[in-house]
Amino acid sequence: MSVSTVPAVLRPLDLLGGWTIEGVNSLGRFGAFLGGAVGAMVTPPLKFWAFVDRINFIGFRSLLIILLTGAFTGMVLGLQIFLTLSRFGSEAFLGPAVALSLIRELGPVLAALMVTGRAGSALTAELGIMRITEQIDALEVMALSPMRYLVAPSIFAGILTFPLMTAIFDVLGIFGGYLVGVELLGLSPGTYFGEMQTFVDFADIALGFWKSVSFGVIVTWVCAYKGFHVGHGAEGVARATTQAVVLSSVLILVWDYFIGSVW
Amino acid sequence: MIKVEGLTKRFGSQLVLRGLDLEIPTGSITVIIGRSGGGKSVFLRHLIGLLQPDAGRVLVDDQEITRLSGEPLDAIRRRYGVVFQGGALFDSMRCADNVAFPLREKVRLPKAEIAKRVDSALAQVGLEGMGQKYPAEVSGGMRKRVAIARALVTEPEIVFFDEPTTGLDPVLVNTIHHLILDLHRRHRFTAVMVSHEIPEIFEIADRVAMLHDGRIVEVGPPAQLQASQNRIVQKFIRGEPEGT
Ligand SMILES: Nc1ncnc2c1ncn2[C@@H]1O[C@H](COP(=O)(O)OP(=O)(O)OP(=O)(O)O)[C@@H](O)[C@H]1O
Ligand SMILES: [Mg+2]
Repeated sequence: MSVSTVPAVLRPLDLLGGWTIEGVNSLGRFGAFLGGAVGAMVTPPLKFWAFVDRINFIGFRSLLIILLTGAFTGMVLGLQIFLTLSRFGSEAFLGPAVALSLIRELGPVLAALMVTGRAGSALTAELGIMRITEQIDALEVMALSPMRYLVAPSIFAGILTFPLMTAIFDVLGIFGGYLVGVELLGLSPGTYFGEMQTFVDFADIALGFWKSVSFGVIVTWVCAYKGFHVGHGAEGVARATTQAVVLSSVLILVWDYFIGSVW
Repeated sequence: MIKVEGLTKRFGSQLVLRGLDLEIPTGSITVIIGRSGGGKSVFLRHLIGLLQPDAGRVLVDDQEITRLSGEPLDAIRRRYGVVFQGGALFDSMRCADNVAFPLREKVRLPKAEIAKRVDSALAQVGLEGMGQKYPAEVSGGMRKRVAIARALVTEPEIVFFDEPTTGLDPVLVNTIHHLILDLHRRHRFTAVMVSHEIPEIFEIADRVAMLHDGRIVEVGPPAQLQASQNRIVQKFIRGEPEGT
């Protein structure tokens, strides 16, 4: 920006205007980035091996943490909900309560937050390093679209792996709840699963599914964008990684509320 | 022919290029010399369409690449080969795959043909048998040579070298210079090279352009610059510090 020539009284307004323009500009870039990625996603060729590599990077390598957090989330839910329900003498509803909280809310959200921390940050760092070492520029001057080679496969992999990992998280969570409710606290297994079948609708599963798909897009989009628009040097990569994780997490929760309230 | 007219670029308050004019004839080896930090890499990035100027334009065969994007820009870039200052090798791929990458993605040849070309490209830069290593596992000079092999393997019409020999030992500098000269005789590509190898570079350059203070202060055959009356050029070529 050139040196400001406004009188001192108007300086705050000048700054405010500058920030607004900057903000709108970066929002525009952020949207255009997704537009470019979608463009590369819907036009062939799909870079199949890059896609497979990203499934491994985002999905497979996050499995362990999903298994762990899923199981423990279910166990915590089993314990807390059992204690609450037993005050009303309605422990029988433990199964559906655990299942519904997981399927509608906690499964998609916690799985997405975990993958953001595990794979989203790594995606930003990887792309950020490719940017500052001019590898992305090298692709571009070879007339090979970085969107097609780097971003589109990541977003595709997000769309595919997030629902799968959410499903795994849900299943592990439900068994975690079973472990605590049935094995530890003495509820009958028939009650736990039977009531679950009665109360969990397909609509609940569909909600969880669409949430996880949209989280898959949000996380890969934000993290790839931050990696692409990294500042200078190692510090720039570090800052971009932090921003990517924070922004993804916030967007996940905001979008979760939004989609939950309009469903 | 590449024609640069009034190229101006500013980063924040720093004016890096101030109305730079230059013509690069087709089929020539044009070498850009100038102080470190003087804007040579920034200038090259305008020629390959990675930076947009604040004013001025770059014409490649009468097409204004500073105004192109998307497919028309890619059409010009397909004729390019670029050696970045830092090599810009894909570090997730082995060296041989780096060299094979543009062939696989841009040209679509049979596998055996690609392997043959990759081997000969690596051999030309003295790296036979090193293809299975990752960029992080080879020395800086080797990375540079892999980058040169990758840029030349597609036989581009126009090649940009950003300091291809900086950091190499004197024997390798000569080898690379002769490799470039040799390939140039055979393929007649247009080369734009940024180099600090003075005086070696005068042996292979058709034209030398001196970039100083955001402009080209003198351009001509090596002999002209070596005999230049311009004090800036004289001092730079002799390696004298400024202000003496
Ligand atoms: N992306 C950028 N943002 C801000 N300033 C930049 C950027 N790129 C380059 N510069 C500045 O432009 C000037 C010229 O840089 P450039 O890399 O072109 O130098 P150079 O002539 O290639 O030097 P060397 O011979 O050391 O490679 C430098 O002062 C640098 O700080
Ligand atoms: Mg440079």
